[in-house]
Amino acid sequence: MGRDAGRLSLILLFAPFALWIGLLIVLPQLGIGYVSLREKVGIAEYEIGLGNYADFFGEPIYRNTLLRTAWMSILVTILALILGFPVAYYIAKIAKERSRAALFLMCLIPLWVSDLVRAYGWIVLLRETGLVSSALVSLGLIAEPVEMLYNDVTVIIGLVYTVILFMIVPLVSTLQGMDDALLEAGYNLGGSRLTVFRRIIVPYAMPGIVAGCIITFMLTAGSYLTPILLGGKNSSWFTEQIYSQFITRYNWEAGATFGVLLLVFTSLVVWFGLKLTGQSLATTVAKE
Amino acid sequence: MQSPRHLLWIYRAYVLIFFLYLVAPLLAAGAFAFNDSLFPSLPWQGFTWDWFVSPSEPKLGLLHDDRLLRGMKNSLYIGLIVASLSVLMGTCNAFLFERRSFRFKPLLYVLMVVPLVIPGVILGISILVFASMVANFADRSLGLFLTWLRPGIPLVVLGQVSFLTTITSLVIAARLQKFDISLEEAALNLGASRVRVLATVTMPYLFPALFSAFVVAFLVSFENFNTTLMLVGSDAPLTITMYDRMVKVGSTPVLNAVSVVLMLGSGLLALISVLAQRPRKA
Repeated sequence: MGRDAGRLSLILLFAPFALWIGLLIVLPQLGIGYVSLREKVGIAEYEIGLGNYADFFGEPIYRNTLLRTAWMSILVTILALILGFPVAYYIAKIAKERSRAALFLMCLIPLWVSDLVRAYGWIVLLRETGLVSSALVSLGLIAEPVEMLYNDVTVIIGLVYTVILFMIVPLVSTLQGMDDALLEAGYNLGGSRLTVFRRIIVPYAMPGIVAGCIITFMLTAGSYLTPILLGGKNSSWFTEQIYSQFITRYNWEAGATFGVLLLVFTSLVVWFGLKLTGQSLATTVAKE
Repeated sequence: MQSPRHLLWIYRAYVLIFFLYLVAPLLAAGAFAFNDSLFPSLPWQGFTWDWFVSPSEPKLGLLHDDRLLRGMKNSLYIGLIVASLSVLMGTCNAFLFERRSFRFKPLLYVLMVVPLVIPGVILGISILVFASMVANFADRSLGLFLTWLRPGIPLVVLGQVSFLTTITSLVIAARLQKFDISLEEAALNLGASRVRVLATVTMPYLFPALFSAFVVAFLVSFENFNTTLMLVGSDAPLTITMYDRMVKVGSTPVLNAVSVVLMLGSGLLALISVLAQRPRKA
């Protein structure tokens, strides 16, 4: 192949990539960055400055919503890891060859069902006239139907449900690569079950753990439907703030500021997680 | 192996409970589509197909509910365009990153993965803002009215393509990586042209990945809510229509009926894509 033809085909292959990343990712992100720095001083009159950010940090409601979203997302990520790890280990290491594929597929079923349907299912189960409440009444465990929606515990149950598969899938694929001989060696050298888990299994699964945590955290912090539908109007979720600034109040400057803050915040958490565990974005998230 | 029997049973019980937790809301959403009652709750009033087929209020069935049907049609239309576009771009990206070397490749690879870790809501608002900036600019300085840059189906398509291209690129690149390059060399040595090699050797090999990337992109597009919510215009896709109904009317069994259709549809597609990716036995 001639040098020129090679160059030409490289440019042709590069063009869609450049258009996609440039027009749909980089420029729009710069766009909200710019809008967030724009302060409205009059009708169609703007000044560049940090006023929108000052407004955000001056208003406790906004600040607290971000903090609340952050800490609930971290909690959901930790819960998903603790609850998901045994299941992933079971699928990867304990289940027999034949049931393994079936279990893995079963794990993926909810993944294919829309967030909306899943949240709706929880509503049908948990509301005052819902299945769980009626069942408890007919069993005589409670006297009156109880409303189980619209509280933080329900929101967390729903969020863990929505994201746990994204934790399990990378864990299973990492654990499947682990040689059983490693475990046997650990036991033969006199390691207790806990030691083997701590010194062999966890370090081996680390790329999967990091990948799962990153995806889970991002999905939770960016989720909209589950907190709104299960938490009700007072769920104070940050994405809802962004939506209401943008669409309901038509205050794009404030909305863009919130968006930038959410992005910066989630990127910081991801970056920190990668640094802490010595992984990189390309080796974890891209390896699904 | 090392575990005593009863510990293994406790472990199994945990896994079982976990799977019950996974299917419970789906079963609940599905079952009440067939309850002959105006609300999706107990008591069970008997089996009915009304929520799918009944032509009249108060139990207006899914097949006669124009708004839901229109939503479904929009979702289908958006999904097909989005899946085609993102598979096309994903294929280009896969060849670019697997076969070529160029400057700043590692950095650009990270850029390719980045859309996966940007929350969907942010992708939505950033594209909304950028498109409006461009449209306003075209309006003021060139006197052009670019209506497709205002919220509506074209923007929804762009918004979904922006992150689905990452997924399709990764799926297709993973398969291309396993390709034995000597097959292409053999075909070239036998006198085939580059285009011919691509069409008869490489592309058939990639087909399963292209197909499952298409299915995944279609399903994710069909179910997407966060990005779509920010970019939607008057032609709302199904998820937005359902959400609207849920918020304004409250839960009605027709939403359970839609859920059943969605679950069956995506289950079927997922199964097909799994079967297509399975290596054929010789």
